[in-house]
Amino acid sequence: MAECGASGSGSSGDSLDKSITLPPDEIFRNLENAKRFAIDIGGSLTKLAYYSTVQHKVAKVRSFDHSGKDTERDHEPPYEISVQEEITARLHFIKFENTYIEACLDFIKDHLVNTETKVIQATGGGAFVYQKDSDPEFRFQTNHPHIFPYLLVNIGSGVSIVKVETEDRFEWVGGSSIGGGTFWGLGALLTKTKKFDELLHLASRGQHSNVDMLVRDVYGGAHQTLGLSGNLIASSFGKSATADQEFSKEDMAKSLLHMISNDIGQLACLHARLHSLDRVYFGGFFIRGHPVTMRTITYSINFFSKGEVQALFLRHEGYLGAIGAFLKGAEQDNPNQYSWGENYAGSSGLMSTSPELGPAQRARSGTFDLLEMDRLERPLVNLPLLLDPPSYVPDTVDLTDDALARKYWLTCFEEALDGVVKRAVASQPDSVDAAERAEKFRQKYWNKLQTLRQQPFAYGTLTVRSLLDTREHCLNEFNFPDPYSKVKQRENGVALRCFPGVVRSLDTLGWEERQLALVKGLLAGNVFDWGAKAVSDVLESDPYFGFEEAKRKLQERPWLVDSYSKWLQRLKGPPHKCALIFADNSGIDIILGVFPFVRELLLRGTEVILACNSGPALNDVTHSESLIVAERIAGMDPVVHSALREERLLLVQTGSSSPCLDLSRLDKGLAALVRERGADLVVIEGMGRAVHTNYHAALCCESLKLAVIKNAWLAERLGGRLFSVIFKYEVPAE
Amino acid sequence: MGAGWLGAPMERHGRASATSVSSGGEQAAGGPEGRRQEPLRRRASSASVPAVGASAEGARRDRLGSYSGPTSVSRQRVESLRKKRPLFPWFGLDIGGTLVKLVYFEPKDITAEEEEEEVESLKSIRKYLTSNVAYGSTGIRDVHLELKDLTLCGRKGNLHFIRFPTHDMPAFIQMGRDKNFSSLHTVFCATGGGAYKFEQDFLTIGDLQLCKLDELDCLIKGILYIDSVGFNGRSQCYYFENPADSEKCQKLPFDLKNPYPLLLVNIGSGVSILAVYSKDNYKRVTGTSLGGGTFFGLCCLLTGCTTFEEALEMASRGDSTKVDKLVRDIYGGDYERFGLPGWAVASSFGNMMSKEKREAVSKEDLARATLITITNNIGSIARMCALNENINQVVFVGNFLRINTIAMRLLAYALDYWSKGQLKALFSEHEGYFGAVGALLELLKIP
Repeated sequence: MAECGASGSGSSGDSLDKSITLPPDEIFRNLENAKRFAIDIGGSLTKLAYYSTVQHKVAKVRSFDHSGKDTERDHEPPYEISVQEEITARLHFIKFENTYIEACLDFIKDHLVNTETKVIQATGGGAFVYQKDSDPEFRFQTNHPHIFPYLLVNIGSGVSIVKVETEDRFEWVGGSSIGGGTFWGLGALLTKTKKFDELLHLASRGQHSNVDMLVRDVYGGAHQTLGLSGNLIASSFGKSATADQEFSKEDMAKSLLHMISNDIGQLACLHARLHSLDRVYFGGFFIRGHPVTMRTITYSINFFSKGEVQALFLRHEGYLGAIGAFLKGAEQDNPNQYSWGENYAGSSGLMSTSPELGPAQRARSGTFDLLEMDRLERPLVNLPLLLDPPSYVPDTVDLTDDALARKYWLTCFEEALDGVVKRAVASQPDSVDAAERAEKFRQKYWNKLQTLRQQPFAYGTLTVRSLLDTREHCLNEFNFPDPYSKVKQRENGVALRCFPGVVRSLDTLGWEERQLALVKGLLAGNVFDWGAKAVSDVLESDPYFGFEEAKRKLQERPWLVDSYSKWLQRLKGPPHKCALIFADNSGIDIILGVFPFVRELLLRGTEVILACNSGPALNDVTHSESLIVAERIAGMDPVVHSALREERLLLVQTGSSSPCLDLSRLDKGLAALVRERGADLVVIEGMGRAVHTNYHAALCCESLKLAVIKNAWLAERLGGRLFSVIFKYEVPAE
Repeated sequence: MGAGWLGAPMERHGRASATSVSSGGEQAAGGPEGRRQEPLRRRASSASVPAVGASAEGARRDRLGSYSGPTSVSRQRVESLRKKRPLFPWFGLDIGGTLVKLVYFEPKDITAEEEEEEVESLKSIRKYLTSNVAYGSTGIRDVHLELKDLTLCGRKGNLHFIRFPTHDMPAFIQMGRDKNFSSLHTVFCATGGGAYKFEQDFLTIGDLQLCKLDELDCLIKGILYIDSVGFNGRSQCYYFENPADSEKCQKLPFDLKNPYPLLLVNIGSGVSILAVYSKDNYKRVTGTSLGGGTFFGLCCLLTGCTTFEEALEMASRGDSTKVDKLVRDIYGGDYERFGLPGWAVASSFGNMMSKEKREAVSKEDLARATLITITNNIGSIARMCALNENINQVVFVGNFLRINTIAMRLLAYALDYWSKGQLKALFSEHEGYFGAVGALLELLKIP
C-alpha cells in the first residue's frame, strides 16, 4: 500500500500507471449487480470474490398454437423463435498485488454505493490484522472424489503444507519461511527489481551455474566417472562468495528461483513421505500459473522423490481461501444445489514470462488474474453407466501434448472464424449493432486462439472441446445466444415434411435391410453439421443438399471402424430394456436420422431416453427444440405418439451447452432417469460427442458410437478420408 | 620455508591477520542423486592391520585408538606395526568446495636414532607446520583443536588441524613440488570432491599420487574415531541447554554412549544428511544446496563482506526481524489455528518486498536474516529426515558451525521446539575436520 502512494515519483509508479490504463470494467465485470463479496488479503496478494448476476439474451423456441390440424402450413416454420433476457448467477474471482488494493477498493466502493445487501467477508493473513475473529476455511470442489488424500502446498509469502484427507478434513502439518516472499524480497535486494513478475522474467533468462557451485565445480571432470550429475547444485550461491566478481541480475534471479523451488520441493517430498502421500498440489502466488515456477517445482519434486510423488497444479489456484470464505457466506443459497462451469470468455489465461508475448499482454495478465464461474441451473453428476468414473477423461486428444493436432485445429478454428462471424450477424438481421458485436467477438476469440498458439496450456487442458466451448462462451458474451436458431428452424421445417416419406420407405424394407437403412440414415443425417467446415461450405452454397445425396456421399462398407455385423447380430437377440441416445444436430439429423431409429427401438419394445443439450451450441438440437420436434412427429406417427404418452419415450436435457459431451457432468435428472429405467444401451452420435470426446469412454453397458468424419485432416489421421464412417459397437467385457 | 606454500610463515603463535576462510568443507552435493542410491551401504571392514591400543579393543564401541597410549601392546605387535605402517609424514586431506581441511600427525616419540635418519625435507615440514599457527595469508592452524598425546599406529604424538581455502590449492601443490614431497615416497590420502578435481594437478605438478577416498566413509570414520578419543580429556560431543535464553544458555558435554542410530548433518558449502545405523552401515538420506556456501555467498552479495568471520560478526549485531516477515506481522499475534507462535518466521526476507522496509534495514540485519534463514531451513530438513528415519539424535557437523554459536543455538532450539522435545541437537568440537581425520585413518589402515 505504501507503494501505491508513490505513484507520482519515477519508476515505482509504473505498475500503478498500468493498472489505471486498464479498463476497470473489464476487470470488475458485472460489479453493479454484485450481491456478495469476499476478500482475502494475503501477505502480498489480494483475492476478491463476488457473486453477481448477469443478464444475457437467450433464444427460446415456442410451438405455434395449431388449433386446426389440417390447415395449410407447408411453408410455415414449425415453431417460433424469440429472444429473451435471462438472468443467471456468476461468480467472479480476481487476484491482484496488494499494491493496487486501495485503487481497487475505491473503484469497488464507487460502484457498490447504490446497492444494499453487501457483506464483505475477509480472510487470509492481511484480513486477520483487521478482523481477528474471522476464520479462514478451505473448501475443495471437485469432480473426482478419489483425489483424497493429498498434500496441499500453498506457496504464498511463506509456505504452508496442509494434509487434506477429505473435503472438510484437513490438517496443517508444516511450513517453511522460504517461499514466494523470499524470492521476491531477496530478489528485490539482489537485483533491484521490484516486481515479482519481472523477477521471474529475469530468472527465465539467467544462467544459475554462474552463481551456484555445481557438483562439477567441486569434483572437476571426475563427476562423470563417479556417476554424479555434474549439473547438480552443490551449494546455492556458492560461487558468489568472492568479492572480486560481478554477477548479472538474471543469473542471480535464476539461482534464487532454483534455490527456493528446490527447497520447497524437497520439503514437500519429505512431508509427503512422512504421511505416505503421493500427490502434492501446489498453489499460491509463487505458482499462480507461472510456467517457470511450475517447471522448477516439478523438477524438484521428481528429483527428490525419484518420481514417486506427483506435483500437481491448479489452473485457478490461489482462490481457495476466497472461495471458502465466499461459500461460507453464501450458505443460505445452498451451494450444493448448483454446479458451476467456467466461463472461458471471462477468465484470464496463465501468466507467461515468454518474451514473445507483447509487453502489454504480459503486464495485464501479470497484474490481474480473473476467473469467472457461471452457475448452472441444475447440478451435474456422472453418468451412472461409466465403467470407472475416476479414470474417465472425456477428451480423445490432448492438444497440449499433441503439437501437430494442435496446430491443425487452431488453424482450423481460425479459418472457420469468418464464417461464424457471418453467421452470427445473419442471425440477428434486425439488430443495429450486430455487426459491431460480431466484430468484437471475432477479436476476442482470435486473441484467445493466438494466446493458445503461444501457450497451449493457458486455459487448462487444450482440447477440441475446449476450443468449441470457448467459442460458444465468447459468442454468448457478445449476445449471440444462438446464431443458428433460424437455420435450425428452417431445417427442422424441411425435415419434418420429409419424415412421413422416409418412414414409409423404411417400412417397405425387410427387417435386415431396414436395420442397415436405419443406421445409414443415422449416419447420413449426421453429415448435416454446420460445425464442420466442409459441410457448412456445401450447405451454404446448396441449401437443398438432400438427405439421399448425403447417403450417397457416405463411405461404403466396410467402414473405417465397422462393427455393424456385431450390432446386427445383437439386434437379432432380445430387445434392450432402455436406450439412452445423445442426439447431435437439428433438422435432418434428429428428424430423419434419429427418430426413425428411435421408432424402430420402440417397436422392438425398448424404452428410449433422448438426451439433448440444455442450451444452444452450433446447430445442435436443444432440449426445447426436441420437445417441439417430438410433438410434431407424434402428430404424424402413432408409434412415437403412444410412446410419448406412455412415457416409453422420454426427452431429457443433458445439462450442457457444448457441441461435445462430458459424461461426468450430466444433468442430475438424466442420471436419475437412467438409473430408474435401467438403461442398458448408450448411443452417442456425432463427431463432437463420439470422436472428439468419448471415443475411448468405457461404459458398463453396451454402447454405440457413430459419426461421419467431416474433416479431411482428421479422417486422414484416422486412416480414412472425408466422410469416412465410424461405427463402433461395444459390449463390456464380462 | 620461504615462499613455498602460502608465502612466508606468520609470527609464531600469533593470530592470522586476514583469514579469508569461508564455511564449507566436505562437499555436499545438493541432491540425493549420486552414488549412494542403494538404500543401505554395508561395508566390510577392510583393514587387515589390527588396531593400535589392544587394551582398548573390545571395549565398548570398538575404540579405535586411545589417547592414553598403548601400554599393553606386545613388543611383537609393535614390531609388526612398524613394518606395516606408512612412512612419515602422516596427513589426511579433505578438499571441499570452499575449504581444504588438513590434519597432520606430529610424532612426539621420535628417538635420537630416528632424528638422525630423518631426511631434511621431512624435518622441515614438521617444523614448519608445528611452529606456525598461520600459513601465508589464508592458512590457519586451529591450535585450540590440537589433540595432544594421541597414539596412532603405535606412535605417540599430536594431531594438528589446519585449513585453507580451496582456491589456494594450486599454491599448496606448488609447495609440495618445491619441498620435493615426492622424494619422501609419501602417500596423500585425500577425500572430498577436490580429491578428484585436483588429482591430475597433484600428479603432474607435484609428482604426487593421491589416494582418493570416499568422503562419507571418511566422515563417519572420522567422527567415530574423534569421539572415541575425546578432546584432551574432555568430551568431544556437546549440546545446549536453554538455547533460546542468552542468560541461561549453557554448553554441556554429551556422552554419546549409544551413538546409533544417528542422523548426521554435515553442513559444508552444501549439506549432506546421513542416517548412521552402525560403524559401517549408513545411508545418505538427502542433501540440500542451501548450506554454508549459500549463507556466505548471499552475505557477500548483500553486505559486501569478504570473510566468513566478518559475515558472522555482522550477523551477531543484526536484527533479522526487520528483514523477515514474522507470523505476528501477518496475523497480529500467534496463529493459533495452525499452532504457529507469533515469533516464528512466516516469510524469510518477506519484509523486503516493500521498498520502504528495504531502505530501513542495515547490512547487519541482512547478514543476520541470511544466517537465520539458512539455519532454520537446515534444521527443518534435518527434523523431517529424523522423523522419516525414526531417529532422534541429530549430530550437526561441518565448518558452517565454526565459531557460529548463533546457528548452533538456533538449531538446538528449533529442533527441540518443533519436535516438542523429541529430538536432540548435538554438536562436536572438531566440527569440520572429520573427513580429513577419516582420510588419515585410511592412510594408517585403521578400521
